Amino acid sequence: MPEQILNMTGVSKSFPGVKALKDVHFDLFAGEVHALMGENGAGKSTLMKVLTGIYQRDEGEITCFGEPVHFKNTREAQDKGICIIHQELNMMNHLTVAQNMFIGREKSRGLFLDDRAINDEAVQILAKLGIAINPKEIMGHLTVGKQQMVEIAKAISLNSRLLVLDEPTAALTDVEIEHLFKVMRDLKEQGVGMIYISHRMDEIARITDRVTVLRDGEYVGTLVTKDSTHDQIVRMMVGRTIFEEPKQKSTCPPDAPVVLEVENLNAGRMVQDVSFQLKKGEILCFAGLMGAGRTEVARALFGADPKTSGTIRVKGQLVQINGPQDAVNAGIGYLSEDRKRYGVALGLSVAENSVLANLDAYSGKLFVRGGEINQVASQYVEKLNTRTPSIRQLVRNLSGGNQQKVVIAKWLIRNSDILIFDEPTRGIDVGAKSEIYKLIHELVDEGKSIIVISSELPEVLRLADRVLVMCEGRITGEVEAGASQETIMSFAHQRQEQPAV
Amino acid sequence: MNVLSKKPAAGEEMAKQGLAGNQRLYALVAMILIYILFAVFGRNFFSFETAVNILDASYYIGFLAIGVTFVIITGGIDLSIGTVAMCSAMIGGVAWEKWGLPFTAGLVLILVSGALFGLLNGTLVSRLKLPPFIATLGTMMVSLGISSIVSKVQTVNFPSRTSEEGWFKSVFSKVQLPSGAMLPTGAILLLAVLLIAFVVLNKTKIGRYTFAIGSNEEAVRLSGVNVVYWKTIPYIISGLCAGMAGIAYASTYTTVVPGAGQGFELDAIAGVVIGGTSLSGGVGSVFGTLIGVMIMSILRIGLPSMDLQPHYQKLFTGIVVIIAVLMDISQQKKR
Repeated sequence: MPEQILNMTGVSKSFPGVKALKDVHFDLFAGEVHALMGENGAGKSTLMKVLTGIYQRDEGEITCFGEPVHFKNTREAQDKGICIIHQELNMMNHLTVAQNMFIGREKSRGLFLDDRAINDEAVQILAKLGIAINPKEIMGHLTVGKQQMVEIAKAISLNSRLLVLDEPTAALTDVEIEHLFKVMRDLKEQGVGMIYISHRMDEIARITDRVTVLRDGEYVGTLVTKDSTHDQIVRMMVGRTIFEEPKQKSTCPPDAPVVLEVENLNAGRMVQDVSFQLKKGEILCFAGLMGAGRTEVARALFGADPKTSGTIRVKGQLVQINGPQDAVNAGIGYLSEDRKRYGVALGLSVAENSVLANLDAYSGKLFVRGGEINQVASQYVEKLNTRTPSIRQLVRNLSGGNQQKVVIAKWLIRNSDILIFDEPTRGIDVGAKSEIYKLIHELVDEGKSIIVISSELPEVLRLADRVLVMCEGRITGEVEAGASQETIMSFAHQRQEQPAV
Repeated sequence: MNVLSKKPAAGEEMAKQGLAGNQRLYALVAMILIYILFAVFGRNFFSFETAVNILDASYYIGFLAIGVTFVIITGGIDLSIGTVAMCSAMIGGVAWEKWGLPFTAGLVLILVSGALFGLLNGTLVSRLKLPPFIATLGTMMVSLGISSIVSKVQTVNFPSRTSEEGWFKSVFSKVQLPSGAMLPTGAILLLAVLLIAFVVLNKTKIGRYTFAIGSNEEAVRLSGVNVVYWKTIPYIISGLCAGMAGIAYASTYTTVVPGAGQGFELDAIAGVVIGGTSLSGGVGSVFGTLIGVMIMSILRIGLPSMDLQPHYQKLFTGIVVIIAVLMDISQQKKR
């Protein structure tokens, strides 16, 4: 029996208003790869941040290499031999590989740096891992896969015996994944324990020994990988009770005219050959895991990012969309997932924000027509039931839900018939959520057509007349209202070359 | 697998050159071309004397530019260097002329006050987290004020060639050789400082962390490096170099007037940018910086020889700066 190097029991962590982790258990043996799975927001990252000292736990015990620990920062965790390799790589792109690996631990001869010494040592460490990378190469010139190898090598050079790999394969090619797995197997033999966070079922099956599933911040269970099935894991991940009543049947008439037709849209890696139609009065949801390419589809469609190919027809008319301006003129409105950065101007008033997309219509030759602006803004505050003391209130001072309503007003005033909602309820509390849902339904009743991008399955099930599921830049499935969470989740995990689990 | 086991060779040359390598090369070629252009078409341009004049014109801006290169590589900016140089020269000059300090002590005082202004900037930026633009803008105004206060708004005259301390000009400006030609000792001093700066930037911890912070400050911090400390040092170097620039200016022009120095920093920063140092940090070279400063000097000296007024220099320098930054952007896009 190998040594148990990590044992977390009863770990809880709260943030204001949210219980992020509730009584979570997790353990790891030397030489083991233990997968940590769960939907977006299940608490995987929070648990790892608690482990590595980025967050402090509220309750629970953590024993590491036989000793109880309570890390206050990443440095302490590092000193104890725990290293986390983040999804977003943390490196200095302008420095060389060896300089990156030894940052903060430079070797000197007298006054001067001894780069030869760190190059030699880097070669040794890289060779031990079977990685052929020149230590003098500039980091920024390496592929993401090689950069990741360097991060792993850096962790090993810090004598890490517990590695956390947070979605390491998200940006890797198949060849690079193979190599990563080879390195991981070598590390296993050397007795390094690894926590592996990934959404990819086939990888879980190939590389991990055990799987622990979290759901809504709670511990669901631990399985031995080789004795478990794909379905079993998916069921554990989604098997929550749904508070929102899902829509049973599409409310969009089947003979409704098509208002938007997208064919063979391509834009970079994340949008590959995407085709779909949107009918008048329909709510079409894009589901999928984070990074599946849903936002990228919306941005390419809206002209915010350049597309490599594809045709877009609005109400049967072929339209050229080369920038957001073209999209807006074609009657498409986009409500960004990052409201504060792209949706509203926080320092402007409700009235000013309301007409931001349509200022031309409210301007004379020289001056904006303040009276009309106030009139239309008030009208929409009333219509959308936006709670604001006055239309002169700065948007900064409104709650998230009411900010979202201002954005909706903006696009309605612009006469947009097609609205794309990207994560419409992110950062909005439960009460305001159902109000936004109600509003979306009212909008389709008025004949608007709506695309909703959402990572929250209950939201998708509640809103959608039809669901398109994406995985790795492709549409992998289409289901009607009333489909089960499990169906959607299995489409969301459908990678291109999927081996059976 | 073969992707990873391929022999890594191409990167090595780039590693030595740094990312600034390409643009530095363009700058060098541009400098030589401009020089040849003036040598062929300008009147009396191609001479030792003109060459000395060019070096002379690069002199104090050269020190400023070398120092601020460090700050710019960290991704910061130092707008105070011009006025700090003049304020430090003023403090040293007043100490000698009015307070009766020995002249050498006055010179040391110039360097010390430059470094102290740098420490102030560094502290404001790295410890108190002020944006570099604002912090050094403030220091610029502070140093302007101090220079007027210390001098009681009066001009200070540094020793002339004939005075007791005439060695000052010989050491820091030029010395007449027995043959009658002028040897630009100041320019030699500038080259010496350039070499030291190069070694510090490329062979010591100071340099390593300067580049690292400019490349990804958060990654450096997460690696357990004391970023507050290491980010202060480039500003001190910049201040110290401003002090040297103050001495250089005083030895060249003898007279230092209170409240001067505004605008020098922009010439210096222009030189840095032409030399391929990226304003977004992480990339840069002091040799490139000197080439950038030289290009501006060649334009200044050369344009009159083609019967173009000296103020055309500003026009052409502006164009060169814009081209240099455009090239920087297009290279970043390629990656």
